[in-house]
Amino acid sequence: MRRWLDPLALVLLLLGIWQIAASSGALADLLNLESFLVPSPTEIASSLWDNRVVLLENAWVTLREVIFGFGCALLAGVAFAVLLHLFETLRRATYPLLVGSQAIPILVFAPILIVWFGYGIGPKLAIVAIICFFPITVNALDGLRSVDPEAIRMMRTLDASRWQTFRRVEAPTALPYAFSGAKIAVAVAVIGVVFAEWAGTSSGGLGWLVLQYNNNLQTAEVFAAAVVLAAMAMALFGLLALVEHRVVTWR
Amino acid sequence: MNPENGGIGAIEVPLAVSDGGAGVAIRDLEHSYGELQTIERLTLTAPPHGVIGLVGPSGCGKSTLLELVCGLRQPSAGSVEVGGAGTAEERLSRCAYMPQRDLLLPWYSALDNAALALRNQGERKARARDRAADLFARFGLAGFEQTAPAELSGGMRQRVAFLRTLLAGKPVLALDEPFASLDAITRAEMQEWLAGALRADPRTVILVTHDVEEALYLCDQVVVLSARPARIIAELRAPAPRAAERDAAVTESEFVAAREEAMRALREGSR
Repeated sequence: MRRWLDPLALVLLLLGIWQIAASSGALADLLNLESFLVPSPTEIASSLWDNRVVLLENAWVTLREVIFGFGCALLAGVAFAVLLHLFETLRRATYPLLVGSQAIPILVFAPILIVWFGYGIGPKLAIVAIICFFPITVNALDGLRSVDPEAIRMMRTLDASRWQTFRRVEAPTALPYAFSGAKIAVAVAVIGVVFAEWAGTSSGGLGWLVLQYNNNLQTAEVFAAAVVLAAMAMALFGLLALVEHRVVTWR
Repeated sequence: MNPENGGIGAIEVPLAVSDGGAGVAIRDLEHSYGELQTIERLTLTAPPHGVIGLVGPSGCGKSTLLELVCGLRQPSAGSVEVGGAGTAEERLSRCAYMPQRDLLLPWYSALDNAALALRNQGERKARARDRAADLFARFGLAGFEQTAPAELSGGMRQRVAFLRTLLAGKPVLALDEPFASLDAITRAEMQEWLAGALRADPRTVILVTHDVEEALYLCDQVVVLSARPARIIAELRAPAPRAAERDAAVTESEFVAAREEAMRALREGSR
């Protein structure tokens, strides 16, 4: 109980300070802004309620993009990790490229992806998938490589085929690592999808909505959308943690 | 008897695990990792159902020697034959290897860990479990079939690991310091237990240990190896016949004399 109580108290305290600073106009004065540009937590909360239909509709669009993009990355990432694990030459050749690819600011290429994949859900899925791919692949590969070599030798004298060793020893060893990668990936996927929506398609989504609100200087609504996005990221993370808890019972 | 270990007793009836009987013949064996020579011209034979103990200082190449016997490594020179066959594949098919740490898989129950080799050999899950379960009581593990490895005591984990090795049905068992991680009391119990298990179900055993007393108690023949590169500095016949009771066996005057001789050789070899 105390585990939850302490952080909750801190959040409430911070919200309280923000509330007073914003509603008294002190924060706006400090930033030298019009007070409507600095919404208080209660204004954000009422905006959340007032715009609930629009927010939920667009959250659904964004959620779909995240789930499909993440799903593609999960399948491709795990498959690629297994491939790199099985073929050492491939791993030696590819791994530096894989790590190096993280230095490429993928979002810069978003307009190009739109040219390639058109104005539908395609480029957004591609961006989310590319962002998710790295943490999933690297973590799954680390997991596969963390297997005790002595366990592999033991399996060989216990008449295990390559596939049996993979299924009974390597895959279960790698599973918790893969889950760590997936949890990181799903959190960054939500950030990634916002940028993907900003990159210029017009089919809705919370990122697109934030852009509209921002253009109208509806700051409370921007914050409200951010709250929904954060909740989505936390919910997806929590869901994966729950699945992990169910699947990885031996930890 | 330590009740935590589930009360292990001697095994008197043969275990229902097949065994063709195969000897091990090592001739002029040499092995090196790159520049580093680990084994120097080693010749050693174990008759079918013979129990050979290898003792030597830490890091002298004992584990490497076991891996060579099992077909997990190839010699740089010389030959290793198991049951008359020399290729790595054939050796692998005749040897079961029990590593130093029990390496029980935490995602399987004790029973499924024991049945691992049977599953690998294509036995159906229910049948493999039945066969392993039959031996659980004999190994003092009754009632722990569904227990997770982490919840077993050290002695029980070691027994599950041994059962897993045994159920592979191989004529040769390569045991790499099987009891090194156990406390002194459990270790003594496990030695007595293993002696009983091997009387009931004889196998050719190559036992690596750093414990001279353990080697002399369990083995017919004890080979003392030098520091790296490993070569044989003494070969001792264990004093036979030995008492089944470990306490009685290790205090016999012949046993004590053999132990002192082995210790002397070991000290010389470590220099």
